[in-house]
Amino acid sequence: MNIAVVIRQVPDLIEPLEIDASGSALDLDSASFIVNESDDHALEQAILLKEAGGATVNVVALDFGNVDDTLYAASAKGADRIFKIPLDGLPPPPRAAAALFAEAIKPLQADLVLVGVQAHDELDGGVSPFLAAAMNLPYVGVIRGVKAASEPGTISVCKEFPGAVMARLKVKLPAVLGILGAEQPPRYVPVSRIRAAMKSTQFEERSVATSPSEPLLSVCRLYPPASGSRAEMLSGSETEVAARIAEILAQKGMVK
Amino acid sequence: MATVQTSKGADLLERLGKNGDGKPPLGCMQCGLCAASCPLGQAMEFPPRKLILQAESGNLEKVLASPSLWMCVACYACSKRCPRGIELADVLWPALRDAAMQQGIQPPAELQETFQNIFKYGNTLGRSPRQRMDWTKDLDVRVLDLSKETRPVEVLLLVGCYPSYYPRNQVVARAFARLLTQLGITWGVLGAQEKAIGECDRMFGEEGLFETLVEANRKLLDKQDFRKLVVLDPHAFRALQKYYPRFGVWYPVQHYTTFLAERLEQLKPLIAKPVEAAVTYHDNCCAGRRCGYFDPPRNLLQLVPGVKLVEMACNRDNALCCGGGGGGMWLDAHIVAQGGQRLSDQRVAQAAETGAEILAVSCPYELARFEDAVKVAGLEGRLKVRDIIEVLAECMDLGERNA
Repeated sequence: MNIAVVIRQVPDLIEPLEIDASGSALDLDSASFIVNESDDHALEQAILLKEAGGATVNVVALDFGNVDDTLYAASAKGADRIFKIPLDGLPPPPRAAAALFAEAIKPLQADLVLVGVQAHDELDGGVSPFLAAAMNLPYVGVIRGVKAASEPGTISVCKEFPGAVMARLKVKLPAVLGILGAEQPPRYVPVSRIRAAMKSTQFEERSVATSPSEPLLSVCRLYPPASGSRAEMLSGSETEVAARIAEILAQKGMVK
Repeated sequence: MATVQTSKGADLLERLGKNGDGKPPLGCMQCGLCAASCPLGQAMEFPPRKLILQAESGNLEKVLASPSLWMCVACYACSKRCPRGIELADVLWPALRDAAMQQGIQPPAELQETFQNIFKYGNTLGRSPRQRMDWTKDLDVRVLDLSKETRPVEVLLLVGCYPSYYPRNQVVARAFARLLTQLGITWGVLGAQEKAIGECDRMFGEEGLFETLVEANRKLLDKQDFRKLVVLDPHAFRALQKYYPRFGVWYPVQHYTTFLAERLEQLKPLIAKPVEAAVTYHDNCCAGRRCGYFDPPRNLLQLVPGVKLVEMACNRDNALCCGGGGGGMWLDAHIVAQGGQRLSDQRVAQAAETGAEILAVSCPYELARFEDAVKVAGLEGRLKVRDIIEVLAECMDLGERNA
């Protein structure tokens, strides 16, 4: 099986996010970047499928936000080929990003495309369904595990519905899957393996051109959440705050 | 006697795997002193003795997959007592962990997260490197940030992860800053550039991560002009003293207890008031059992008027570990799940038996571990946990103003 995995870098929330001078975008100069969590699960799922029945794992990423660190780790985990899409400036919003990924993935003739079902910087919709649309492939999202199926040309997926209802579906390949979680948490790979990957991994550059699309939406203003009238914001020393929390919990009958 | 001391865990593993010639590869005679000394041995599937036996019998795979591989808290009791001088906790155990991880065996989740935090952010707590100087906020003495302004200093203070980020330990870092300043020493810190040193035994087995840290710290420290490094964390001391030189990286380094204990005469005039309390000192395993520094911390405590030093039944070489070393800080859940006890709970009970009002410590892990244990034991109000720096700061009026 030939699997393509989409990897995106997103702002790391360990840094306090700042809004830039325009007032409508994050100040990305002050941000650091980390692999999008559900993309990391998509990679893990691909590696698990490779281990279970053999597969070629192709990773496709936009060249942005220290992506090399993530890609070396992907290589150390077992990704076979790694493609970087050069970017002029910042990553585009999801619909345009999906078009780029689609162009980069098409020549790979992938049986299965795995992409995280969400990312915390998605603005005009999710990349995963847009990607399926751009590739004209069937799509199933919110996937919590993928297994080989007995019937050739299909795959068995576990999909989560609201209310924690789970369904096992048979999906005809090729298809795009929006991954929420792999069958096991993304693995830890020792740093010595990552260091070895840094020496041996060759990234393949994949320049793609897509016709520019009109943005579906534009951001008017970005601002930190304001405290509403129904929220009581606690202030004071740690002891005072702790005492107030204890008092509230007692009032609500949550502790005796 | 064949003393098995080696710098390379891989060598040890290779010898461990060589069997069949009738000779025990490491010279281990299966006396069992290691297993009997191990404070968590009774809960381990393979305590050190059995671990060597199994590995020698060709069952290394079984050992690598066992949860007991992740139960060593690097107290060095086994290493210290082994009559053959086998470096169990220091070399063999980390090498086995490394071998396990190379095979794809996953370390306990909490430890994985810590490894990742160190790799990504340079600190164990997973905090932003930019916030590394947060401990200096509202500090009433000047802290020279050598990452912004390189100048020759007598002391380059490596603050360490917990004292930089963790509020309870930040108090200690601030008191030490005041103390250094009062002593008239020129000192500075690496500011936002400072990174974890990598703990004593090659990062609890994550040898590639340790190497990465050695390289990063060498780059940082080679740029600076200092007479010596002073560290608050005894694990960092041990790493810099013993393991960095293996990579050709050597700097003069002292743990703060030995650094201050060499300056008792300069400290004396700073004493402003007595601290009337019975105090018992917990020997941390790294500076204590492993490196043999038993007197400097006691000399510092005895400098303080009013302090009555009392000893726990297990002290010095025989001190019971707090359970935080060797990655133990992030292995409590794993160890308890395997049927092990939190050693900090046992140690606090031993401290309480002495009747001491203060349990004095000199390792950043211990404040949190013992204060939690004090709460668990219902000893709040009876037993206080204080870093030696805090005891000194109290008698010198250098503590937190609002404390």
